[in-house]
Amino acid sequence: MDQFTINLLFVGASFALYIGIAIWARAGSTSEFYAAGRGIHPVTNGMATAADWMSAASFISMAGLIAFTGYDNSTYLMGWTGGYVLLALLLAPYLRKFGKYTVSEFIGDRFYSPTARMVAVISLLVASLTYVIGQMTGVGVAFGRFLEVSNTAGLLIGACVVFAYAVFGGMKGVTYTQVAQYVVLIMAYTIPAVFISLQLTGNPIPGLGLFGNVESGEPLLQKLDQIVAELGFREYTAHHGDTFNMVLFTLSLMIGTAGLPHVIMRFFTVPRVADARWSAGWALVFIALLYLTAPAVGAMARLNITEQFWPNGTSGEAVSVETIATDPAYDWMATWQQTGLLGWEDKNNDGRIQYYNDASPAMQERAEAEGWEGNELTNFNRDILVLANPEIANLPSWVIGLVAAGGLAAALSTAAGLLLAISSAVSHDLIKGQLNPAISEKGELLSARIAMAVAIAVATYLGLNPPGFAAQTVALAFGLAAASIFPALMMGIFTKVNNKGAVAGMLAGLIVTLVYIFLHKGWFFIPDTNSFTDADPLLGTVQSTSFGAVGALINFAVAFTVSKMTAAIPQEIEELVESVRVPRGAGVAQDH
Amino acid sequence: MADQTTQSAQAAGKSDAGYWAANVRIILISLVIWAICSFGFGILLRPMLSGISVGGTDLGFWFAQQGSILVFLALIFFYAWRMNKLDREYGVEEE
Repeated sequence: MDQFTINLLFVGASFALYIGIAIWARAGSTSEFYAAGRGIHPVTNGMATAADWMSAASFISMAGLIAFTGYDNSTYLMGWTGGYVLLALLLAPYLRKFGKYTVSEFIGDRFYSPTARMVAVISLLVASLTYVIGQMTGVGVAFGRFLEVSNTAGLLIGACVVFAYAVFGGMKGVTYTQVAQYVVLIMAYTIPAVFISLQLTGNPIPGLGLFGNVESGEPLLQKLDQIVAELGFREYTAHHGDTFNMVLFTLSLMIGTAGLPHVIMRFFTVPRVADARWSAGWALVFIALLYLTAPAVGAMARLNITEQFWPNGTSGEAVSVETIATDPAYDWMATWQQTGLLGWEDKNNDGRIQYYNDASPAMQERAEAEGWEGNELTNFNRDILVLANPEIANLPSWVIGLVAAGGLAAALSTAAGLLLAISSAVSHDLIKGQLNPAISEKGELLSARIAMAVAIAVATYLGLNPPGFAAQTVALAFGLAAASIFPALMMGIFTKVNNKGAVAGMLAGLIVTLVYIFLHKGWFFIPDTNSFTDADPLLGTVQSTSFGAVGALINFAVAFTVSKMTAAIPQEIEELVESVRVPRGAGVAQDH
Repeated sequence: MADQTTQSAQAAGKSDAGYWAANVRIILISLVIWAICSFGFGILLRPMLSGISVGGTDLGFWFAQQGSILVFLALIFFYAWRMNKLDREYGVEEE
């Protein structure tokens, strides 16, 4: 059986499983269906939250970004897990006590203002749409490889599948489908990592293998540092970038995690306040299984790739064009070339592909001596690394099929979930809540579908020329959520900031952050309309992906100032704040 | 029954305000640990830890890529356990 058929089998079987579970879950009574969020153990709920949360950014993109940058991109690891601490300590129990079920409803009620609710809805829409663009980038990579077509064709096919998946709808609400998706996703991520860790270090746990020794007895990270340095690249474990920006970026991801609606919502439906506290912990347990493996995947892949291009060591001869064409160990290069995301070119016609950093002065000297004419691995898209990894390591075909299924599960579940969130925000909160309260149920449903179609069309168009790799685009979405939603939620619980303060704060945070991002990534993410780049940002070393933390600070500052200058909150809101602070008297969880 | 617990707890000088103050204190302590292990050991204080080697690199690298995540997990479970206990101490747990 060829690889294509095996991939098809795995992807087909995993989809059949999700649909089967959805149908089985629906067969029960309506109340059972709705009770999903309530009757379910915090552990199961944590697993479902983890599936919801881990998207193309975590699965497909993150390890690739770590692999090619090393230590500096630890920001993703700390940022996307550290946010759960904020969520568990600062938000989850109180929002559960409040008892309504959407983030914008809490903001609307707590700040006794339909305007505040509207600003929250708009912030959520902006952040979610940006998030979907990142997902579509990942979907394009996964479908391109899996169907063996170009990235663009993969993206267009993927968009249709995501749309169908989201319209099919209810799938998302079924906790057990998400549990199945989690299981597929985590197996797809860890099994190849275990194989590779065994090959390289003899340790079956990748997270430990990362700090273990390679066959020669040398520590893996030390060897990696050495060989990448010999090719003129920056040492893997060393710190090169700007420290201030690194701190801000990590903080933006953390705050953003605690400000994204699709994660927060899950804590509204747990049975009790005490469970809201545990649930965040269990979600992080299941997320950590992937996040503790990801740095090992990155480092080991970087080592494998470098050694494949320099089979005789970094001072020997590079791999020959003939070997790439004929040796089965290099088959992955031809397959990935089809997607347009991997490229190489024998610039000096010596029949070999030299992969090195041609910007490094030491390497330029060596290149001159050896007659090289620049780095010949001309394109290695970071987003292909995780999906290509099992092929690079020559793992069995079933592992490659499993990874294809896992990547699609991660991208599809999150993309579909976000589309549902966008469509319900538009139809329920915007149209029914504000513009046309008399709208019929049919009209509401239709507007939801239209919103979904528009969102996916926009995301697909922008996904063709994405503002960055999947995880970077997703990081922008986190920045936007960090600057708008998180401060409003936190001030709603921990302070007595009033309605005008909250509205002014959210608007200031959102607008300043959005403008800063557009100045660097292009207006509305349209390429070439940017005035600055992240290599040379407007403010010091603060990149657009890191600006969310600054935006959050602006939000807090504006909110406190405006609130001080305007009337204090009314008595009943004072009581509401007092009431969310204690678990006693929490009502039954609301249904979605 | 629950009302009685509440009343006796309040009679013992354990008010909602006291509960909230205790909660905020636990949160602050936890967040200090949260920040020290991630922003501290993982980034800003890494040069200070460079003498302690872990598997071919230093302790700061380990904190940045794995240690901080393990600390986050411990913090959330500690907070859940501690707060559920605090709820009972102040008689503010759910019925």
